Amino acid sequence: MQQIINFIIRNKNFLLFLLLFGIALVFTIQSHSYHKSKFINSANFLSGGVYNSINNISSYFDLKSQNKILAEENNRLNQLLANSRIDTNTIKTDSTLKLNYKYTSARIIRNSYNLSNNFLLINKGKNDSIKQDFGVRSSLGIIGIVDHVSRNYATVISILNTKSRISAQLKKTNHFGSLTWNGKSPNIIQLTDVEKIAPVTQGDTIITSGRSSIFPKGIPVGTVINSKLDATENFHVINVKLFNDMTNLEHVYIIENTDTAEIKNLLESANE
Amino acid sequence: MNNSITGHTIRFLLLALFQVILFNHINFLGYINPYVYIIFIFFYPIKNNRPLFIFLSFLMGLTIDMFSDTGGIHAAASVCIAYARPVFLKFAFGTMYEHNTVKFNNTDFGAKLVYIALLTLLHHIIMFSLEIFSISRILLVFQKTLFSGIFTILMITLLSIIFSRKS
Repeated sequence: MQQIINFIIRNKNFLLFLLLFGIALVFTIQSHSYHKSKFINSANFLSGGVYNSINNISSYFDLKSQNKILAEENNRLNQLLANSRIDTNTIKTDSTLKLNYKYTSARIIRNSYNLSNNFLLINKGKNDSIKQDFGVRSSLGIIGIVDHVSRNYATVISILNTKSRISAQLKKTNHFGSLTWNGKSPNIIQLTDVEKIAPVTQGDTIITSGRSSIFPKGIPVGTVINSKLDATENFHVINVKLFNDMTNLEHVYIIENTDTAEIKNLLESANE
Repeated sequence: MNNSITGHTIRFLLLALFQVILFNHINFLGYINPYVYIIFIFFYPIKNNRPLFIFLSFLMGLTIDMFSDTGGIHAAASVCIAYARPVFLKFAFGTMYEHNTVKFNNTDFGAKLVYIALLTLLHHIIMFSLEIFSISRILLVFQKTLFSGIFTILMITLLSIIFSRKS
């Protein structure tokens, strides 16, 4: 017994090192599996508060370009409205009108694109009824999926994350695949698992497929740069240039699918 | 004694704050950032309470991890270099270290540069291999280690020259 205690005392530095290194490794491995990094994330009041107050200052430097982006979006939406064939005068506000998707606007207070697993921080949280697995988009295209939520902040798994998988498809046909990222360029992501038979040509538009309950169908993603077959020669691996400039993001929209619970229940009962 | 504790606390907080607010957002050429916070571990006094020093390094890394959503990569790398520091001190400063006469303010510049460079590269290679976490992309690990390492070494050398107290 005494020898054991002596051993511990003699090697206490090494044991302490091993313990702390082990804890750090556990955190690292947790962060590499989807939705598991429970303890260490930036959606707490300390780091969220620090980033929020810094962003309050730094957002001033960006006002001009962000204003331009918002004005362009307004312009586009006005154009859509003016040219739509629906007569806006005849629509009556109906209290039973059912909305499948609810949008909430938010601001990105920390952007990140230089790691291989990037997370963003937004300034909406539980108090604004944001929950895990809500989609996030900007005016130009998809951004990611909400991961951890605290009272006033939430972290978002960016599409620039080697762990993220989002279902997407070609705009002109219905061939679908999943969006992944190889960690190289912040402007280019990969669409994998698209059937070999699908006609893919340069310049085609990629949109979300609406197959998962997170994003509605038709949110733009990017355009095809080039494609090749993967190692099994059965599927395309397509390089997609994003519409979004992921290095310059500020105003985003959080998408809530109000039918998620129903869809989940249905799928679970189908699996049984 | 009291004075030195306050000094270390202030240095700890300032370095963590500067790292997450400023140095994490430099993104030179898209991905090159200096990780300057490890200067806290480099120039921590040599006569120290070793367990406390290792624990403080862990805390420093974990703070950076919390702010940048990276799991535990900075914590792991910081603990490693804190534990391995005596070996590097002995290698860089030789007999001076064995006689307990190393003072960072008036050591030879070359020896100090070797000490900074080796520890920085060790820290970066552990950190980036944990971040990328795949053997098939080992080249990317080396590339990031090299470029970010050069940037970090440059920044730390400059900072240590600017803030060194000449007697």
